[in-house]
Amino acid sequence: MSAVSMPAPAVDLTPGRPALLADSGTLIWRNLARWRRDPGPLIASLGFNILIVLMFAYLFGGALQVPGGGSYREFLMPGMFVMTMVFGISLTTVAVAEDLERGVTDRLRSMPVSPLAPLAARAVADMLFALVTLGVLLLTGLAIGWRAHGGAAATLAAVGLILLLRFALIWVGIFLGLVTRGQTAVVAVQTLEFPLGFLSNAFVAPSTMPAWLGAVAAWNPLSATVGATRELFGNPGWGGDSWAAQHYPWLAVLWPLVLVAVFLPLSVLRYRRLAD
Amino acid sequence: MTTRGDAIAAQGLRKRYRERYALDGFDLRVPQGTVCGLLGPNGAGKTTSVRILSTLLRLDEGRAEVAGFDVTNQPDQVRYRIGLVGQHPALDEALSGRQNLVLFGRLFHLGRRRARQRAAELLERFGLADAAEQPVSTYSGGMRRRLDLAAGMILAPAVLFLDEPTTGLDPRGRNEVWESVRELVRTGTTVLLTTQHLDEADQLADRISVVEAGRVIAEGTPDDLKTRLGGDRIEVVVAAPTDLAVAVAEVRRAVDDEPTVDVDRRMVSVRVGHRAGALVDVLRALDAVNVPVADVALRRPTLDDVFLHLTGDRAPTAEVVA
Repeated sequence: MSAVSMPAPAVDLTPGRPALLADSGTLIWRNLARWRRDPGPLIASLGFNILIVLMFAYLFGGALQVPGGGSYREFLMPGMFVMTMVFGISLTTVAVAEDLERGVTDRLRSMPVSPLAPLAARAVADMLFALVTLGVLLLTGLAIGWRAHGGAAATLAAVGLILLLRFALIWVGIFLGLVTRGQTAVVAVQTLEFPLGFLSNAFVAPSTMPAWLGAVAAWNPLSATVGATRELFGNPGWGGDSWAAQHYPWLAVLWPLVLVAVFLPLSVLRYRRLAD
Repeated sequence: MTTRGDAIAAQGLRKRYRERYALDGFDLRVPQGTVCGLLGPNGAGKTTSVRILSTLLRLDEGRAEVAGFDVTNQPDQVRYRIGLVGQHPALDEALSGRQNLVLFGRLFHLGRRRARQRAAELLERFGLADAAEQPVSTYSGGMRRRLDLAAGMILAPAVLFLDEPTTGLDPRGRNEVWESVRELVRTGTTVLLTTQHLDEADQLADRISVVEAGRVIAEGTPDDLKTRLGGDRIEVVVAAPTDLAVAVAEVRRAVDDEPTVDVDRRMVSVRVGHRAGALVDVLRALDAVNVPVADVALRRPTLDDVFLHLTGDRAPTAEVVA
């Protein structure tokens, strides 16, 4: 160490130890700071969701037959809440894919950061945004005449089920972000969101579809959450005599847990295998 | 296996992708406080070796120690002691320069207060203090690279990996990065630098390892490698094309070796042992037969020559054997 021209660091550089919670906290802070710096995508996402609700409420409203002759908007909103949760997947996928592509993921992996922290932080930050999104959608629903009639406990349970579904979908989004490369894959995810949402009981009764399609729609995880929250909110729904339709509240818990049980370990595994 | 004083010691590294070995018996030793240039064509295994040594990739066979710790068994110990600057700046584009450094400082577990102090210190040192609050997306290429370097220097690491650190930079940005690297080396950091640019290796590296097909095929100081190619050459440009044949014969006689001829440039060049003596002999011989000389040069082989010689490619120049 001859001819040292730069000053030695004035800061004590003795580091602490890696810790999942602390590292996740730091990375959550990063995700929130990003959003504060560049809120455009979030505002666009919220605007898009509100626009879709208004479109369905005022444009298509007259064309759809409400089961049992109830309020169309009360019928509509549970489906919209769930659709909104689906539309969020691409935000997660884009964020994960971008970090991979930009080399940020590699930088984190070359640092003594807990290997689960980047994924956990992504999931938590996106859950926070999901909360905001759902809050905005609930207010939008109230503004256009939607009401919950099931009492506080049932209403909270419904909100919980919607957020549980989003939590599961976030892990699907994280996994897709880890396996797909480049912009085309992200577009593919965005393109799939609509069919995935429409192939459910959100807008059309599965019983009116061709048998096989109706079965797929009835078993769609989204249908479980839509069906269960319609019951809990006391909003009109399709009913239906398929086994799935009879057990939507159970499926609305079970499906997301299955998705998490599959995609969380797959994501962690995939993240580890970046080293192969 | 580490000799005391080696910051990097890799032995017999192999890494296979499907049917192809990206690394195939890769050995490397880098003494503490030196700059080692890994030089090789695309696909030679430079990036793979850096990714293994910086714990990003698992190795299939072999052993590697970085800063005294095993990359396979003690990755976190290694990670606290290295900085990695990849081919593209790995930064959060939406955050400011300062936010990036604070973020990475906290992820190195400095804690919020010390991470902030260190960020301020590095922004100052890398000449980024004025742009500290701007989002990185507004930075120039050179500024991004410097911020990337600063992020790699947060814990003042013992070993810094630079994987083609000037890719895509204009000459000014490249000089900025080179200057920063020289500064870091002066503080005692060991640097492993991969590059395809021979002048970059020549500028920065104490020793060069030439990599091809996943292994190191030659190693030495830049001068060693040049000398190994066979020393100096004399290049004579004659004034008139018609004199070329006579000049070739005279040069051959004067230095007792077969010269090469570039007809387009009217140039005769030949390998020589004694630099100055040979120069005088050649000029005297040409003068004796009245061949006017337009230009004469005595030059050492460039790293380009070394590289092409070692990697087996033929030089794509207009050299034609007379």
